[in-house]
Amino acid sequence: MSNPKVMAYRRENGRVGIRNHVVILPLDDLSNSACEKVAYNIKGCKALPHAYGRLQFGEDLELFFRTLIGTGANPNVAAVVVIGIEPEWTNRIVEGIAKTGKPVTGFAIERHGEIKTVEMASWKAKEYVHWASERKREACDLSEIWVSTKCGESDTTSGLASNPTVGNAFDKLVEMGATCSFGETSEITGGEMIVKERAATPEAAAQFMALFDRYAAMIDRNKTDDLSGSQPTKGNIAGGLTTIEEKAMGNIQKIGKKCKYVGALDKAVAPTGPGLWYMDSSSAAAEAVTLWAAAGFVAHFFPTGQGNIIGNPIEPVIKLTANPRTAGDMSEHIDYDCSAILRGEMTLEESGDNLINMLIRTCEGRLTAQEVLGHEEYVLTKLYESA
Amino acid sequence: MIQFLVHEKDDSVGVATVDIKAGETAAGLFMDTQETLEVKTLHDIPLGHKIAMIDHHVDGSVIKYGADIGKVVADVKKGGHVHTQNLKTRRW
Repeated sequence: MSNPKVMAYRRENGRVGIRNHVVILPLDDLSNSACEKVAYNIKGCKALPHAYGRLQFGEDLELFFRTLIGTGANPNVAAVVVIGIEPEWTNRIVEGIAKTGKPVTGFAIERHGEIKTVEMASWKAKEYVHWASERKREACDLSEIWVSTKCGESDTTSGLASNPTVGNAFDKLVEMGATCSFGETSEITGGEMIVKERAATPEAAAQFMALFDRYAAMIDRNKTDDLSGSQPTKGNIAGGLTTIEEKAMGNIQKIGKKCKYVGALDKAVAPTGPGLWYMDSSSAAAEAVTLWAAAGFVAHFFPTGQGNIIGNPIEPVIKLTANPRTAGDMSEHIDYDCSAILRGEMTLEESGDNLINMLIRTCEGRLTAQEVLGHEEYVLTKLYESA
Repeated sequence: MIQFLVHEKDDSVGVATVDIKAGETAAGLFMDTQETLEVKTLHDIPLGHKIAMIDHHVDGSVIKYGADIGKVVADVKKGGHVHTQNLKTRRW
């Protein structure tokens, strides 16, 4: 497949976005209220309330900063207003986002009070919305669109058709020179040696195994009866899945037949070049997509079997299913129905092309089902309790 | 009408895309080559469950997605239902 042009937003740092959000980003839980008030005052901007940002420390704090800065830095975001309770951490977020060259300003509530802060931040947000509304889409290569994938509420139709559809699209996108990512460390358990073999280099394989071993050790430290030896689940077995190897193989159909990953990344870390990247991530959909958005991905392929309804506020989630029942009774959540594969009426080749076509339409402005329904699950990953 | 799909030509099992009754001659499709095939079923195969494309013997492998998905722990003939009664993980 050739590398078609898509109309998208080229940002100051050269990255390409497909949305043009002005984000009002709280540093911490205490500042959610002020951000929501600004977003109410000023139409065309979006607050991203979340639960954390106080008394975190160590690796958990580093992940927190990486996630917030990455969210603001994402090319789907045109400009950012940051509001925090105090100036020091607020400025750390502002400085991180400012490296992209995009407009960003921070406000601290201490010494001003919330009402005054909301007023000042509203003026800045108004200025940014006017500015962003005049940014123009321009012709960019499809390969400049960073695409992530994970599946959810999977069933046997996922392994049969919707996951392989994503895999077919990934093979084509990576061949064009695109940057793509998969993860879900927990779901890979049982197929980790197969994933290891899909590394492009021994270094990439070693990076993957280090992240996998770290995950396995974490599960070992915290496990209870509900996790150990419970894969595949009773529901999986009832649906026809027999072994953990089979489940893991169904999951990794999403990375296609040809492409190999060039590196393995920690959570919310941006890739450093084109190709397929592994990113350590939970199988909890909202947490995982939030991490990919923070790593700079601008569109997400989400195959579902039984119908997961997750969305993200800044990275559009394109949802596909091969389950005809889900495509019927949950149709408002589905962007692409590939159930024709199960009837033998469509090939994977055709289905991969159809998914890429839906990606192009999404890039050029078609709102996804998740966006229209207002599913904006912004969920930060917390590694351990706060101090 | 297609009743089961086989991911790859060399896979030893296919997956039912509808409920298939024992004794039916079920119509299938290889997803990679788009060739059709038929298998006479020995058991009921519920939607999403696996059907043997070849005879499997104890200690052999079941191949799906072109990969070994576990070891055979009870013989199962072509057309039989492949599941927990005759297939086990190699992991534990």
